Amino acid sequence: MAATTIALPPVEMPLPHEYRGRVGMWCLIIAESAIFTIFVVAYLYYAGKSLSGPTPAEVLHVPWFNSVCLFGSSFTIVMAERAIARGKTRLFGIWWLLTITLGAIFILGTAREWYHLIFDDGLTISSSLFGTTFYSLVGLHASHVIIGLTGLSTIMIFTALGFVKQEHAPKIEVFAMYWHFVDAVWVVVLTVVYFVAR
Amino acid sequence: MAEAESVLGPLAVPAREGAKPFFDQVHDWIVTVDHKRLGIMYIVYALVFLVIGGIEATIMRIQLAIPHNHFVSPQVFNQMFTMHGTTMIFFVAMPVMFGFANYLAPLMIGARDMAFPRLNAFSFWMSALGGIILYFSFLGGSGLYGAGSAPDVGWFAYAPLTSQAFSPGHSTDYWIIGLLVSGVGSIGTALNIATTILCMRCPGMTVGRMPLFTWLNLVMSGLVLVVVSPLTAAQIMLLLDRYLGAHFFDTQAGGSAVIWMHFFWIFGHPEVYVLIIPAFAFISEIVPVFSRKPIFGYSIMVAATVTIGFISLGVWAHHMFTIGMTSYGNAFFVASTMAISVPTGIKIFNWLGTMWGGKIVFKTPMLFCIGFLFQFLIAGLTGIMLSAAPFNWQLSGSYFVIAHFHYVIVGGILFALFAAFYYWFPKMSGKMYDETLGKWHFWLFVIGFHLTFDFMHIPGILGMPRRIYTYEPGRGWEIWNLIISIGVVFQILGTLLFVLNLVWSYFKGKTASNDPWDAWTLEWATASPPPEYNFATIPEVRSRRPLWDLKHPEDPDWKYE
Repeated sequence: MAATTIALPPVEMPLPHEYRGRVGMWCLIIAESAIFTIFVVAYLYYAGKSLSGPTPAEVLHVPWFNSVCLFGSSFTIVMAERAIARGKTRLFGIWWLLTITLGAIFILGTAREWYHLIFDDGLTISSSLFGTTFYSLVGLHASHVIIGLTGLSTIMIFTALGFVKQEHAPKIEVFAMYWHFVDAVWVVVLTVVYFVAR
Repeated sequence: MAEAESVLGPLAVPAREGAKPFFDQVHDWIVTVDHKRLGIMYIVYALVFLVIGGIEATIMRIQLAIPHNHFVSPQVFNQMFTMHGTTMIFFVAMPVMFGFANYLAPLMIGARDMAFPRLNAFSFWMSALGGIILYFSFLGGSGLYGAGSAPDVGWFAYAPLTSQAFSPGHSTDYWIIGLLVSGVGSIGTALNIATTILCMRCPGMTVGRMPLFTWLNLVMSGLVLVVVSPLTAAQIMLLLDRYLGAHFFDTQAGGSAVIWMHFFWIFGHPEVYVLIIPAFAFISEIVPVFSRKPIFGYSIMVAATVTIGFISLGVWAHHMFTIGMTSYGNAFFVASTMAISVPTGIKIFNWLGTMWGGKIVFKTPMLFCIGFLFQFLIAGLTGIMLSAAPFNWQLSGSYFVIAHFHYVIVGGILFALFAAFYYWFPKMSGKMYDETLGKWHFWLFVIGFHLTFDFMHIPGILGMPRRIYTYEPGRGWEIWNLIISIGVVFQILGTLLFVLNLVWSYFKGKTASNDPWDAWTLEWATASPPPEYNFATIPEVRSRRPLWDLKHPEDPDWKYE
């Protein structure tokens, strides 16, 4: 082996390691979107094909208040992200708690809507195709909200105990991506269920 | 190789520490988050299921060897083909591909571990749990009212056979939940592999310099993310149907059995590409090294792979020509299916272009690669035949289809896998395998493969349907079925030699050097087997063949790229 005579050129730096949280979350969002796509396709395919039971136009009311709360929680979580990025943990805690509250209002609103549909309108998952597709699609989204709320509450507990610091801002940001995704899915579900396939 | 090692300088690794007590070792394996150990666990787990799935196939072939045979009952036969298909796809092919990607991707991009090591362990154990749940059905499948029975609905589980009315008991639920759980593991691993390849590369490892293995596994991971999720969604729907009385696939309440077929094949067809793209990845690494030439047409290979991944998402309904689609639907899926043969053909030409004019070394891995090239070509040709809707109407659901896709999966994927096993065995174990035994394995398996799957096309053309329990004599099927079953004997012998070779070599084989093949990718720069941290110092890369540059500083590749 001859000695190295050629000067080595400098090396380019690829995507830094710090991006891995965001990239991983994007991958999860892609996979989750595929699941939702299948449920939305099933909803649209079966729209108007129920053999019995109440129709969407008879029983569904657009959940304006709920939706505003959920969309609002996307705003409050952004404010929380900004607060933690600047190291203001107390402000972060306030915005974070507000996010949880708005998410909880949404899920309670869904529970009320379902209670009404089941006991007053007689619409259940087994009563008709509309019931099957409605409860599974809205329920899939609601289960994502519940998972999100669980995560939010866990971080809230850590914040209350004083563990969350400025250095955790990137991780908070990755978690917030999931919450934004849950909100974005609601735009699709709301449009499909309460407007398109009414 | 001492010479080559000395040039590695800072990449050289200190010696390993002494052995620990047995139970400490077992404990270390169970709690590990090391990508190499998890990779090996994936591979070993897949090998165990390969043997189980192989036994199920053997039982079917004994049953079908002669007409009017009663080796097993019809119920057991149905369970065998269901479990064989499910096992081979979900618990052999996918985990083994994930295992190799897990083991090799971080090494090839010069990383110390995967992006999310704990998620990696979680995903492995989820996949393992899925397999255990599926096989527990043999004990608990019928719930309280039976001695247990495995699922018998076929691996694509068409509705309405899977409804409570036609599949009472819990055997189908074990199938659903087993796949659901392992699907979570698959998505976790795919997410991890994609993130690792995107974010954990060492300095200089730009996307244009990544080994083709990592490129192809990146495409595979992307496919897994978008195709395993639809299966998960469909399984959730099926569970809702079975447990909560939902009507997704219940035709009596207006549901559709056909939509299950769509949902399943939206997953099912890209799944074939999820398995074959890593097989392409093995071939793309092994063929250049044993042809002593860099890969021919690197960027075209990447482009062809991405194209294959993309088109594969739009071909699924070619599994469904016989259900009666519109002529536009038929035309679309015929055209898209035929279109996918173009990038695939490009890849075959590129591998041939790599071999062309090279100094080909006929070691066992290369033999399997050459076998792959021939057999995968034939598999592709019968694929084009089946993609023509009128031809498909005649032969859908016949043994011709079985012959076609086993040609892909055994002749293509399994041959590439055997090549990968022999090629990376020295790196993973630190020992050399036995070349003579390897060659015996290759020739026995080639003979067995062709006896079984070449002759399987003929009874298909003669009208023998798939999944039949037995058949009448006098239809001209007997001799072909007998030959098919005789081929299995050779395949079993070959596989036994393979397992024997690996086990014997692991304990008694010659010690392998760090770079026994004089290869060019980074996994050969570290020790065999690599230490936990992979690289003592993180390497820097300036070309597609970083090890060539280290070994030949006077004539590095980066001057020409």
